[in-house]
Amino acid sequence: MAANDESLPVRTGFLGWLNKRLPVDAFVRDQLTGYFAPKNFNFWYFFGVLSLVALVIQLVSGIFLTMHYKVGEATSFDSVEYIMREVPFGWFLRYMHSTGASAFFIVVYLHMFRAFLYGSYKAPRELLWLFGMFVYLALMAEAFMGYVLPWGNMSYWGAQVIVNLFGTIPVIGPGLVEWIRGDYGIADATLGRFFSLHVVAVPLVLLLLVALHLVALRQNGSNNPDGIEIKEKKGSDGKPLDGIPFHPYYTLKDLVGVGVFLIGFAIVLFFVPTFGGLFLEAPNFEVANPLSTPEHIAPVWYFTPFYAILRAVPDQRMGALLMALSLVCFIVLPWLDRSRVKSTRYRPLRWKVWLTVFAVSFVALGYLGLKPADGLYVLLARIFSALYFAFFILMPFYTRGESTARVPERVTISSH
Amino acid sequence: MSDTAAPAPAEVDQDRRGFLTFATTATGAIGVAFAAVPFIESWNPSERARAAGAPVEVDISKVDPGQMITVVYRKKPMYIVHRTPEMVASLSGHDNHLKDAQSEDSEQPAYAQNATRSVRDDFLVVEGTCTHLGCLPKARFQKALPELGADWPGGFFCPCHGSRFDLAGRVFDGSPASKNLRIPLYSYSNDQTLVIGVDATTGAA
Amino acid sequence: MRVRSMNTGFFRMGIALLAACAFVGAAVAAEGAAVETAGEGHESGVDWQAWKAGNDVRSTASLQRGAANYVNYCSGCHSLKYVRWSRLATDLEIPDKVLREQLLPPGAKSADYIVASFPRADAENWFGKLPPDLSLVARSRGTNWVYRFLKGFYVDPSKPTGTNNLALDGASMPAVLSDLEGVKAAVFAEEGSGESGHAGRHVERFEVLSQGRLSPAEYDTFVRDIVNFLDYASDPSQVQRRAIGIWVVLFLLVFTAFAWMLKTEYWKDVH
Repeated sequence: MAANDESLPVRTGFLGWLNKRLPVDAFVRDQLTGYFAPKNFNFWYFFGVLSLVALVIQLVSGIFLTMHYKVGEATSFDSVEYIMREVPFGWFLRYMHSTGASAFFIVVYLHMFRAFLYGSYKAPRELLWLFGMFVYLALMAEAFMGYVLPWGNMSYWGAQVIVNLFGTIPVIGPGLVEWIRGDYGIADATLGRFFSLHVVAVPLVLLLLVALHLVALRQNGSNNPDGIEIKEKKGSDGKPLDGIPFHPYYTLKDLVGVGVFLIGFAIVLFFVPTFGGLFLEAPNFEVANPLSTPEHIAPVWYFTPFYAILRAVPDQRMGALLMALSLVCFIVLPWLDRSRVKSTRYRPLRWKVWLTVFAVSFVALGYLGLKPADGLYVLLARIFSALYFAFFILMPFYTRGESTARVPERVTISSH
Repeated sequence: MSDTAAPAPAEVDQDRRGFLTFATTATGAIGVAFAAVPFIESWNPSERARAAGAPVEVDISKVDPGQMITVVYRKKPMYIVHRTPEMVASLSGHDNHLKDAQSEDSEQPAYAQNATRSVRDDFLVVEGTCTHLGCLPKARFQKALPELGADWPGGFFCPCHGSRFDLAGRVFDGSPASKNLRIPLYSYSNDQTLVIGVDATTGAA
Repeated sequence: MRVRSMNTGFFRMGIALLAACAFVGAAVAAEGAAVETAGEGHESGVDWQAWKAGNDVRSTASLQRGAANYVNYCSGCHSLKYVRWSRLATDLEIPDKVLREQLLPPGAKSADYIVASFPRADAENWFGKLPPDLSLVARSRGTNWVYRFLKGFYVDPSKPTGTNNLALDGASMPAVLSDLEGVKAAVFAEEGSGESGHAGRHVERFEVLSQGRLSPAEYDTFVRDIVNFLDYASDPSQVQRRAIGIWVVLFLLVFTAFAWMLKTEYWKDVH
């Protein structure tokens, strides 16, 4: 609840003029110096601000790439090479965008995992989680369409496979596929619409969803590694006893996090931009060829867990359905977890075991999605898919009746 | 305990905080400035633009006396006029009707700041954009054309706002344009070949 | 409020740092490996699938030799359509005179892209498919693959060209370098008959049928120079990129150090 105007400084001059017309001081007070966040944030709490940084990196590099990129079957691939070779620092713009895409997903996955660790999706933050999930889905769409734009051979065939998946929907499937493509195969029309969606529409949607996500966060304040609601214990000044002002404490701490992130980002961008073929796939350095499929069609690494689930099922329609369901599981998570205890720190061993099983399965599926679908890989993909779904489907049962006995009243911090 | 943050002021080392804030901010600002460089540089002409803007070779052996051809150099029209001796002679005698007879205010290479504003008398090489607002002036080489007046010595007439230039591209009084037509860098690689974009004295592009 | 031991915090930071280092180390190793087919080691025979290009793009001398080799032996059929002659000259420190006299085809301007001199229609007719542009082959197939390809021709009477290639089964390209390398036959081991051609077939040994004009060592250098040149051609900015990268990372380390000191100073307030 905003304090009254007496807490705002008296301003003269330009700042006085400004504050009469725009709530600058009030904003700083409400969102920064007067916003109390839990004092016990740990390593896992960097990834929200790092997601914002990744978003900014993609927007800025994307804006500059669009200045030189020429969309069209005949020109897209050439224009990317033009950017890489002939635009001053064009290589830097391109690598910034390709590294940024992978960095965005690394950071987002870690950000999401934090929610699993500390129950950040639980009441009253279910909507925060939902907006986050919608951001994730929009991000997947954005990344998928962005990957088609260079019009390399993997761009083409990846688009072919994923768009064909929509054909598995009963009744409307085949018509839908042609409607999405705008042609009888992945073609100029498809490229054009993906370009527009990728550059304009989905970024706008992403910005809107991120804004909603932040507003929802602000509504209840942040969770923390102990899963305690800090607003329940206030001091005589009305401030949470276990809270500290966001500015300067978390602005400065996040600055360090950003610095470390940028170091890793720079190392990849300048020294290993293709990252062994994971961030920039080798077949994509050949132009799209409808008559020649690459040896292995693998999506980019951040889609591979879901791709592995898709391939684990021998039936195309069921595989597509299960892949969709694997995402739905994430969405309904707040309602599957029955425990009143938020943080893994105070939950029983069986939860910790299941969470570990899930994390291992997700990573394993990611690895398997990169591999060809034969032999032992198929069996392993099926096993880990089963474990993945078991984690979610059985959750209402194995999380019932968790005791709140061990949950402390006040937060635990490591001394700085 | 009702306070959650700030310890007693005496314990806070303000000097250290001030210094570290300054150091971090300064380093950050320098970083941002360096980071801006590739983005700003990316707006400079690319290799493709520079290749398209490379010097243009023109074969002038086919240009008859009195004729004009136009070539494009760096996206601008360049007029190449093969001046007859009469056309060269017509350049003198109207200096008092010109705004800048000695070409002191206009753009041309040093070697073209002369009476004919050119390297060779018989060829005028001039940028075909009016120095007023950029339209393409039209060739009006014939003397005393009715619409231009009995003392019209021949030259260029810009249809947009009526600026007039003589056969060396110098602007007449009464024109909206205030500067003479621009002369680009050019040189001759041999008698028949004009190279627009290469400095005649240094040979540099 | 309880205070956990400091050890947990630093311990976790240490693990995170180690993980990050392992991560980056793996990436660097993976990048070095580029696009690889995992070679199966055999105790005997020629382990051609483990051959490595081992080129150094920083060696201007090697790149210059590679460029000359390419122009003389490859550019007849294979274009480098994203590479300009003038850019090549700048990056490889080739003087303008040398460029014009020895490298530029007649009628080409220095700003032109490198095209193949063979007429496209004829090439497609003669070889069955268009000789591909090679601007990006070092990235799409990897430098090691190109190296193995150029050293992998062997006699195969069953093929229209009379030769086949270990790295690319059924290659339409004839063994155009046999003049330099010589002609060899490959003796395959009995096991593993070609499900996927003979791409995985085990080569027992090579038999030299005729000597080339270059010794094996000379030919190897010849090939490595071409591979090096193609590595450069596929990613011309790489040397500059790495050079800038060092400064960027150093700067970011300084910045992060200041930021960390500033953070720690303010966090003394927090108990």
